[in-house]
Amino acid sequence: MSGDASRPDLARRRLLMAAPLVVAGGAGVAFWRMLSGMQQGSFDPHDIQAPALNRPVPDFTLPDQLPGQGFGAADLRALKVPVLVNFFASWCIPCVAEMPQLNALKARLPIWGIAYKDKPADALGFVRRAGNPYARIASDLSGMTAIDWGVSGVPESFLIGPGGVIRWHSAAALDEATVHQALLPLAASLRT
Amino acid sequence: MSAAMRRLAAMLATVLALTIGLSPLAAMAVDDPSEMLPDPRQEARAQAIGSQLRCLVCQNESIEDSSAGLARDLRHVVRAHVAKGESDRQIMDWMVGRYGNFIRLSPPLTTGTILLWLMPVLALLVGGLVAFLSFRRARGTGPAPLSDDERARLTDLT
Repeated sequence: MSGDASRPDLARRRLLMAAPLVVAGGAGVAFWRMLSGMQQGSFDPHDIQAPALNRPVPDFTLPDQLPGQGFGAADLRALKVPVLVNFFASWCIPCVAEMPQLNALKARLPIWGIAYKDKPADALGFVRRAGNPYARIASDLSGMTAIDWGVSGVPESFLIGPGGVIRWHSAAALDEATVHQALLPLAASLRT
Repeated sequence: MSAAMRRLAAMLATVLALTIGLSPLAAMAVDDPSEMLPDPRQEARAQAIGSQLRCLVCQNESIEDSSAGLARDLRHVVRAHVAKGESDRQIMDWMVGRYGNFIRLSPPLTTGTILLWLMPVLALLVGGLVAFLSFRRARGTGPAPLSDDERARLTDLT
């Protein structure tokens, strides 16, 4: 085989050999971006996207949970200011950890609580022990209202804008960074 | 075959039969028989729908397989809707309306999942192309025909 005749063949072969490298490189970059996103917290494959976002709160009316007064969808839709709706339970450990955060927050943003699948006496004891951050508290004993909201586990918080529209959602316990970087700026923008 | 061996074989056969026969039942986590619908056909439908729904707590189990409290509540919801005579589609829409497509164990065909759904076809096409090219090359560069010397040696040998 002479050198001249083999040259186009060689170029094609090099191209073919490069193809798997390019594919592997592309996949590598994609995986690297996915993994670094998971590390930084901007990508979470377990995250449950809330379809409730930017929709009015679902219909519900819930009875009082002592020491607070119960509420329903009508109360939330009549609001002129943002409130945080927080699903909690006395049997939920992350809820205990979240309480200091909620107690620090209540002066800046009203918090309405919903006791999720909790015996009223247990929920009352929990709120008394932890300090009550809730302006109103309702009891969702069956957990069916929580399902209508798309709650997958307590604690879970929803920021309700004026008119009862769900503007923000957190499926995890609130921490200081989330409160100051996401929740409070958004609540302030909803007030104007 | 000795008596002991025969007994062992019978025991193995029983275990095998029980494993195969009972596994679909054992996989269901219906914690309490009162959860089940009285009509076996409706119950079967509810189980089929539930096995397509992700338990949001354990995430890789269906609500039929999970013992989580939320899974039990969702099983109850599915059965209530089945008893009301709703279609599979209506029940699925109810669930997706609350929990998004994440609750579906088999994702729907959307722009975000099109690559996922087309991957088997793409893999088959690429594999077929690679196989076609390598077969064609193999046929093209077969061994050179025997020279006269070689043919002479061959006739000497045989």
